[in-house]
Amino acid sequence: EELLLSPLPTGDVAATFQFRTRWDADLQRGSVSHYRLFPKALGRLVAALGVRELHLALTQGFWRTRYWGQPPLQAPAGAELWVWFQPTVTDVDKAWKELSNILSGIFCASLNFIDSTNTVIPTASFKPLGLANGTDHHLLRYAVLPREVVCTENLTPWKKLLPCGSKAGLAVLLKAERLFHSSYHSQAVHIRPVCRDASCLAVSWELRQTLTVVFDFFSSGQGKKDWSLFKMFSRTLTDTCPLASQSKVYVDISPKNKEKELLEVSPPPTSVHEAVVQGDKKTYAVYDLLSPSLFNTSRSLNVQLKWKRPQDSSEMPIPTLHAQRYVGGYGLQTGEICTLIYNTHPYRAFPVILLETVPWYLRLYVHTLTIITKGKENKPSYIHYQPAQDRRRPHLLEMLIQLPANSVTKITIQFERALLKWTEYPPDPNHGFYVGSSVLSALVPSVTAMKDMDVEQSPLFTSLFPSSDGSSYFVRLYTEPLLVNLPTPDFSMPYNVICLTCTVVAVCYGSFYNLLTRTFHVEEPSRGGLAKWLANVIRKFRGVPPL
Amino acid sequence: MAAAVPGASRARATAALLLLLLLGCCGAALAGGPQDQAEQFFRSGHTNNWAVLVCTSRFWFNYRHVANTLSVYRSVKRLGIPDSHIVLMLADDMACNPRNPKPATVFSHKNMELNVYGDDVEVDYRSYEVTVENFLRVLTGRIPPSTPRSKRLLYCCSHGGNGFLKFQDSEEITNVELADAFEQMWQKRRYNELLFIIDTCQGASMYERFYSPNIMALASSQVGEDSL
Repeated sequence: EELLLSPLPTGDVAATFQFRTRWDADLQRGSVSHYRLFPKALGRLVAALGVRELHLALTQGFWRTRYWGQPPLQAPAGAELWVWFQPTVTDVDKAWKELSNILSGIFCASLNFIDSTNTVIPTASFKPLGLANGTDHHLLRYAVLPREVVCTENLTPWKKLLPCGSKAGLAVLLKAERLFHSSYHSQAVHIRPVCRDASCLAVSWELRQTLTVVFDFFSSGQGKKDWSLFKMFSRTLTDTCPLASQSKVYVDISPKNKEKELLEVSPPPTSVHEAVVQGDKKTYAVYDLLSPSLFNTSRSLNVQLKWKRPQDSSEMPIPTLHAQRYVGGYGLQTGEICTLIYNTHPYRAFPVILLETVPWYLRLYVHTLTIITKGKENKPSYIHYQPAQDRRRPHLLEMLIQLPANSVTKITIQFERALLKWTEYPPDPNHGFYVGSSVLSALVPSVTAMKDMDVEQSPLFTSLFPSSDGSSYFVRLYTEPLLVNLPTPDFSMPYNVICLTCTVVAVCYGSFYNLLTRTFHVEEPSRGGLAKWLANVIRKFRGVPPL
Repeated sequence: MAAAVPGASRARATAALLLLLLLGCCGAALAGGPQDQAEQFFRSGHTNNWAVLVCTSRFWFNYRHVANTLSVYRSVKRLGIPDSHIVLMLADDMACNPRNPKPATVFSHKNMELNVYGDDVEVDYRSYEVTVENFLRVLTGRIPPSTPRSKRLLYCCSHGGNGFLKFQDSEEITNVELADAFEQMWQKRRYNELLFIIDTCQGASMYERFYSPNIMALASSQVGEDSL
């Protein structure tokens, strides 16, 4: 298990937890009946449905790449699920449907809304991250639910999958009241097969649970950019998980602009680790929770960081690749989706794969697709487009675009909004409809060369994506989700019409009927009775004329 | 509102019998019947207890409905029914709503002393999944085979009117439908006793049409009254 704390350029702090459980058993072959650290719910899921790789992420908020830098692992807002199935699975769609239902039960999320209207089969993005024999893309399924909310009921089952639960080790810091009071919260589960050792003769199954949270101290009125574990999580680390073979806390203390002594961490770290991560040389202060010297003085570990000098706020590093997406146009009939991709590398150009999934009710006009870089048209070298079918399939657009050095690429496509049937609107249609984030996958050239490191020795956050060579690193970015208003009918109209019509009919027809059929009769006056006779007797006594 | 305290009902039963003797009326001892049945309800020995807690209101101004439902959820859990036997349906997310100044918390009192959302809440049906169809499917057991969750305390908290209950601003369930659902449950022997609590405006109208045995119903308001 591992916790990576990195201060971001804007003064926020990003904390990334990674818990990796590796199980040396073959889940596919033979019946495995004894589960120890690997959670039984996920193990049986993988074995029964023939899953080769599973990636599920639940996210609240958006990672602002432009201001915060490249994320170690980003996920789009809402829920994202992508799965590679084994070649032995015959009916992939049926297995996909069952899988999403089972996962929605395990994680208390509405993943059962994943169906054919929001599932796509990408051809170029989302290559397997684990061992793979062949890559027939018909075994891959990808779905995004941008409307999905993440709250404590999703965090609790996620924590229960950890070997120590939330009782020992790094997971004691995961308390819901602090984690959701943040700008970005993303929790994910990744299951993939990996090589058991360097010779790769046998297969192990790896389960990685990652949780990334960005705390916003600077603008929440704290003033100073100093932080500590207690301030962030309202808890400190007290002991290690006895089942963990490795338990470390990494704090990013990379000096900016080659200046040393800008910040200070306390208590002093057990070691300092230097690595080239995502193209940059970074220095980390490492706290090894398993080393006996750490808990000698006090039972709790509260890592604190203090800035010695106020930071130069004008020097914010800009990431090499970042993107932005928005909806253009006006009115409720047409519109335009614009994506801007920035390549800020001074001299290297590199290609990027853009995957866009648009729901069927925004009808895209592919003939209006334009890609403009530096004023000139940029033709993508590979396009895969699958048009939508009403109520059955969404649009899928995948393109491989070459980004020249130091450029902005603008991709625009026009769409028309469809009118849905009145039963298809959600209970709050005036909120709008979400369009899932687009995915950018790229091998970004790195400034500093990265050497090949042994997977076992390197920290977890460097070994999530397999790196092919040392000159570039893989990054997957997501753009903002879009919120689009569809033409919404007035749902109170039937009620109003019925009221008005019935009133008009009652008043007009009723009066007319009365006029035609009402007749007047003269009525005999009644004689009175006992009461009248008694009253007359009393009147006679009084001397008043009778009734 | 019907009271269901065994001690009080026993006292009332004795008082009613005394009155009958004094008046000398030869009417049948009707006062003993319903009180006895109510007592029987609480003294039966069935232990497979389930709870279905439904909040059907959406949007931030209906925070109180979600808070009520979560309070009942906490009480039910505290009194011994485990999560696996509770079906909790919340139509909107209040705890992690962007308008909530204290995320991951829901309070049922302005003192903000007890967080009824807590740390181990398990919501079975949330947001758009709370529909009349899903609700009736949970009650009658006609759920598709791949549904991961699986039903006799039924608590509903939302907006309602005379004879209906509003689901998420877009659909309603009427008292006739509810009565029919309960009859289906009785015929399939899905319950031995059912306690139905409804916390809406004019809630008493929802149990007017029940015709299945062994149902005790409580409402927070009579017909014509608002429950705010």
